[in-house]
Amino acid sequence: MELVIAITLGVLTSTGVYLILRARTFSVVLGLTLLSHGVNLFLFSMGRLTTASPAVIGLVEDYTDPLPQALVLTAIVISFSMTAFVVVLALKAAVELRSDHVDGEDPNEDRQ
Amino acid sequence: MDIGLLVFLPVVGATASLLSRLKQPGPDHVQNHALVALIAPAICLLLLLSYLPRIQSGEALVYSLSWVPGIGLDLAFRLDGLSWLFATLITGIGCLIIVYARYYFAGKDTAGRFFVLIQLFMTAMLGIVLSENLLFMLVFWELTSLVSFLLIGFTCSSRDARRGARMSLVITGGGGLALLGGILLLGQIVGSYQISDVLAATDTIVSDDRYPLTLSLILLGAFTKSAQAPFHLWLPHAMAAPTPVSAYLHSATMVKAGLFLMARLHPAMGDTELWFSLITITGMITLMVGAFVAMFMHDIKGLLAYSTISHLGLITLLIGMGSEMAMAAALFHLTTHALFKAPLFMMAGIVDQATGSRDMRNINGLWRTMPALMLITVIPAAAMAGLPLMSGYLSKKMLFSESLLVTAPHWANTLIPVWVTIAGLFSVAYSVRIFHNVFFNGKPVDLPHWPPRKKPVGMLVPLFILAAASLLVGLAPQATYNSLIHLAVMATSMTQLPLYDFSALSNARVPAMMSMIAMIGGIVFYLARGPLFAIHRQLPEVDAKNIFEQIMQQCIRFAQSLVYRLENGSLQRYLAFILVAAIAPALWLLGGYSGWQGPSELTEVNPIVVFGAVILCLSAIGVALFHHQRLPALLLLSVTGLFVTLAFAQFSAPDLALTQLSVEVMAVVIMMLALSFLPQTSPRESGAWRVVRDLTLAGLAGMGIALFAYAVLTRPAETISGYFLANSVSGGGGTNVVNVILVDFRGFDTLGEITVLGIAAVAVFAFTRDLHLKERVASAGTAKGFAEPHPVILQMVSRMALPIALLVSAYIFLRGHNMPGGGFIAGLVTAVALTLQYMAGGLLWAQERMLTHFRPLIGAGLLIATITGLGSWLVGYPFLTSAFSHMHWPLIGEFELATALLFDLGVYTTVVGATLLILANLGKLMTVAGPGQEVG
Repeated sequence: MELVIAITLGVLTSTGVYLILRARTFSVVLGLTLLSHGVNLFLFSMGRLTTASPAVIGLVEDYTDPLPQALVLTAIVISFSMTAFVVVLALKAAVELRSDHVDGEDPNEDRQ
Repeated sequence: MDIGLLVFLPVVGATASLLSRLKQPGPDHVQNHALVALIAPAICLLLLLSYLPRIQSGEALVYSLSWVPGIGLDLAFRLDGLSWLFATLITGIGCLIIVYARYYFAGKDTAGRFFVLIQLFMTAMLGIVLSENLLFMLVFWELTSLVSFLLIGFTCSSRDARRGARMSLVITGGGGLALLGGILLLGQIVGSYQISDVLAATDTIVSDDRYPLTLSLILLGAFTKSAQAPFHLWLPHAMAAPTPVSAYLHSATMVKAGLFLMARLHPAMGDTELWFSLITITGMITLMVGAFVAMFMHDIKGLLAYSTISHLGLITLLIGMGSEMAMAAALFHLTTHALFKAPLFMMAGIVDQATGSRDMRNINGLWRTMPALMLITVIPAAAMAGLPLMSGYLSKKMLFSESLLVTAPHWANTLIPVWVTIAGLFSVAYSVRIFHNVFFNGKPVDLPHWPPRKKPVGMLVPLFILAAASLLVGLAPQATYNSLIHLAVMATSMTQLPLYDFSALSNARVPAMMSMIAMIGGIVFYLARGPLFAIHRQLPEVDAKNIFEQIMQQCIRFAQSLVYRLENGSLQRYLAFILVAAIAPALWLLGGYSGWQGPSELTEVNPIVVFGAVILCLSAIGVALFHHQRLPALLLLSVTGLFVTLAFAQFSAPDLALTQLSVEVMAVVIMMLALSFLPQTSPRESGAWRVVRDLTLAGLAGMGIALFAYAVLTRPAETISGYFLANSVSGGGGTNVVNVILVDFRGFDTLGEITVLGIAAVAVFAFTRDLHLKERVASAGTAKGFAEPHPVILQMVSRMALPIALLVSAYIFLRGHNMPGGGFIAGLVTAVALTLQYMAGGLLWAQERMLTHFRPLIGAGLLIATITGLGSWLVGYPFLTSAFSHMHWPLIGEFELATALLFDLGVYTTVVGATLLILANLGKLMTVAGPGQEVG
């Protein structure tokens, strides 16, 4: 089971990293989203993964670790707001620079 | 009185000068400025004189105030014989320079600036000689480099001045860096930066392995500052400075800082073979190079500059010899040199201003027009030449007799006496030349001002005082030595010494003969100057400044190309660098690690989880594979998000699942909106190499994360959450521990998070506010055929769903403290419900019916949360923390529950406000006509 989780985290990270290295802003946004999924799941898994034991007192016998969950909850909201910000930044850049290349200019006009 | 006062008085004086300059700008008030500028140095001088009796009794006054004890930096000053001698020279000559500058700068509005800078410089110099702490001294050391940069480049409109200033800054500043290294090493060896401790640790220092390196670095700093070959090049080029600057910095004070440092550290680091050979050889080369070049200089200041270099070399040579008598000769000559070189520079300045030239091929026969100047100049020129009865005669004779005493190493015992005699010969020649050429030698040739302009008599006063002092030292050397210099010599050897015997010196035969040879040879040399100059002209000309500039340009070009290679404007490349920097050390450190498999037993594989993981991975890979087709990639991304949500749900995190679900909806909507303005496809432009590079980086990163995760997951968990679980109900008043952590235990964090959320939303608002996409939307709209932008069925359903959704969100909000839910989730659910209305009905439709002031909403939310936190102060508890810790007080239990809800209400309001602000503003861009009013 642990192996499955680890591989999933690895795949999320790899795809995220690959995409943030792309040249177009939209790909970078996609990559950031994947990467934040990966990071959130990684943090979450640090509290170990248990099934059917939510940290609600009195509901179950054993409780899962609530601390990573609290951290990840705010992380989800923050990464959402950052995604929104980056999306608008990309829009603004695309309009003002007439290119959605991350460097703000098309590679043909790029310096060597 | 504190010794520290000595150092900081000139700063006060500089400030006063600055104020006086601001109050009376313009060229007409130089006299007032000079008077103001004279106050602080004069007080310093008087203070120093008042210390003399205590110094003469052999006391070393130390004043110390702990400043940054962590790095051994103290505000500490030390006044002993050596620092007293230097400090007195600095302040005394400084006062005379200010008097001289009063006339030199008469009628120029730059005078005020000079008086400010010269006092700052005085502070820096006094700081060097009076510091007890080596690090502290280094600060002043660098300060002299900086102020000297400003003073050399004083005439900043002149290219020569700027280049000269830059050259001196690079050389002395570079030396300062070396010195920093040396002092840090020295501090490590000794364990303290206090000079007292360093001086007491001679054996430790000399026997340490790092001694050669430490000494070399420190000497590099001293040599660059004191213009020792081959670092002497900056000094002649510093002559672009106004003459008072040259007279002060480049003859009397700053260039002596390196000598001071060597003399100061001599007891701690001297008397080794390395000390002897490094310093003596450098001194010998400098002595000869300076004396030789000086003879062929036609510029008066140039001649004086090279002569200064030569004399600095001479003193260095004596310090290198290191015996007590050599030190006595070094310090004696240092004093006499300051006394004769400063007036010679002043003379050069007067001649320059009077005739408009400094070229000795043109300036001749000034004795007719400037007899007083000539009479005064006789003394320093004779002293420089080392004529009998003059101070320079004695110091040179001391040098000659010391040179005879050098026995080891074998190469030195004949070479040094011959060498110094030849150098002495040159110095006689150039001294005769400067005097004879300027005041006699026929008639002047093509001078810009002829007859020369009259200079005020007052300008001669400082020359006269210095020349008189020089004469006095020459006439009464024993008294001068006994009262002033002997103590300094003892401070450089840290032992009790017998007094230097000048009567024995005057009886010594061989030194007298060496002096005679030098004198006669020098005069012969001068008489034969015609053919010699002709030969010298044949020699290839080397302009150090051009070479230096070329080297500088090459350095700059190299740096540029390096920067260009690293920093070419490509963000992809920067990102790749960052990733490499993160991955490479991990690879290096963990490359051979094999303990990834932890001791815990693996849990059973759950087929449903595997199925979910496979879909998650496939969709993520799909995003990466098909990212060129943006819409499909976005759809696949939402699948990934959905399965992340399911993962949270599966692994006992209902709060996270709810949050992720609502966030996912919002995020995809936002990206959809953005996609309607962006190209629908990404071009395939990455070359094969780049794809391989990125795949490698991505693969390594993913592998690293997977390995880390696996390593952690296979090890037993240790958590601090036991506390939260145990205290959630009793301390936080809620059974949903995640929510209690958010609003109570870690409430301050949450406050920070919602603030970030609010800021991000406001930033989005600011960005979209003046973004004009209307043309794009119009074309995109027709091309994609938005015939029916707002389907009726969707409108109807969404309207009906709205009250239910709001009810659900209210329920989630209220139960959040005890069951999965809470402000974050409720806020997101509300935002999703309202967003649906926007999408179904259109922006205008929605705005007519809804609240549109989202920014106040964010502010209100933050305010509610903060005030709730502050409320706990009212009942005597820390901000936000544990408003519930007094839950066990039975009477106010209800009240506490209310504050938790209140804080969560703040979270809820902020989330709703921020999310809708982002969405509405992005949506606004879609509207072709644009909504009539601003959204937000």
